[in-house]
Amino acid sequence: MPHTHTQDTLVGLFVAAGIASLFFLGLQVSNLSSFSHGNTYEITANFSNSGGLKVKSAVSAAGVKIGSVKAITFDSKTFESVVKMDIDAQYKTLPDDVTASVYTAGLLGEQYVSLDGGGSDEYLKNGSKIEITNSALVLEKALGQFLFKSAEEKKATPVDDKKGRK
Amino acid sequence: MEFFRCLGAGTRASFTKLGRASFFLISILAGISSVLVRPRLLLKQLHSVGVLSFLIITISGLFVGMVLGLQGYYILSRFGAEETLGVMVAASLVRELGPVVAALLFAGRAGSALTAEIGLMKATEQLSGMEMMAIDPIKRIISPRFLAGFLSMPLLAALFSAVGIIGGQIVGSGLLGVDDGAYWSQMRANLDFQDDIINGVIKSIVFGFVTSWIALFEGYDAIPTAEGVSRATTRTVVNSAFSILGLDFILTALMFGDN
Repeated sequence: MPHTHTQDTLVGLFVAAGIASLFFLGLQVSNLSSFSHGNTYEITANFSNSGGLKVKSAVSAAGVKIGSVKAITFDSKTFESVVKMDIDAQYKTLPDDVTASVYTAGLLGEQYVSLDGGGSDEYLKNGSKIEITNSALVLEKALGQFLFKSAEEKKATPVDDKKGRK
Repeated sequence: MEFFRCLGAGTRASFTKLGRASFFLISILAGISSVLVRPRLLLKQLHSVGVLSFLIITISGLFVGMVLGLQGYYILSRFGAEETLGVMVAASLVRELGPVVAALLFAGRAGSALTAEIGLMKATEQLSGMEMMAIDPIKRIISPRFLAGFLSMPLLAALFSAVGIIGGQIVGSGLLGVDDGAYWSQMRANLDFQDDIINGVIKSIVFGFVTSWIALFEGYDAIPTAEGVSRATTRTVVNSAFSILGLDFILTALMFGDN
């Protein structure tokens, strides 16, 4: 094929289509556009157990994602998990007495931090610490306690007849 | 005794070939600077390597995405999780199928053409003729083709993934009744730009590099007869497929092994 303008146009279209699909993947498919990394402020919360929380897990208030978990470290003095969170700067009027809880989205879903309640006039600032926290519900622990409790109950009421209780 | 002699000769021949291929690669890379001075050569090769692969990549991508949509829906609906269809389609396309299938198609469509072209140039002594005229065939013929393959591959893989995701959406929310909003929002919530998309692009860059290298070397190293060229073309497709799949395993283990 000789050097023609058609060839130039076709190559141009090809490169444009490739770059456009990269943009499509970046903006439509991944979470690049959904959360700005630019303007955030950092808050900390100590949990006695942060469960399956991971870096980049969502931080939400009233079900709306307002930030993400930045780092999870273990404090060897207090035996607590220290969770650092980046909150989007546009949500700067969170009262400083909110409760941070680790919840699970759905029965088998991912874990996330939920910020609820609070009525203080003071707002959370960069570097603030949330005092009131609820730990993650660890399913095995809850099941273990439940089984232990039902076994105790059975022991307490002697099984003297074959009818028993259900 | 004869067996051991053949084994030794075979081993030695394959190492010699690997060595020749490495020197060839170095001289291609050294020749790239002269391509940048003459972008016309590159443009022509981008047309024959990239633009002409455009259609097969787009159509295959569309169908692969549609099949993923169907199969994914079938499995996910058993667990009542058909809302996550978008995540499944997008993750499997962006991480694996996009780079790998696009590279396999690229090896079959463009790699074999490159080998046959270079092999025939060698068989008809065009390469020797160029050397007679003091034109370096590596700089003039090989390097532009290598650069074109190397640049086209990530673009083609991205195109494959993007079209596949749209194909999955056509089947998922168009035919099977998955909620359109859930398809996109779940995808956006679960796919990471750095971890998924950039890693997929890195994979396709590596595959483009290896496939172009193999195709050009097999052509350049072909026995200059009709049979030699045909064998070289076959070896291009076979070796490219092996290298793509083997490298894919290694790259996946490096990129996604820790989580």
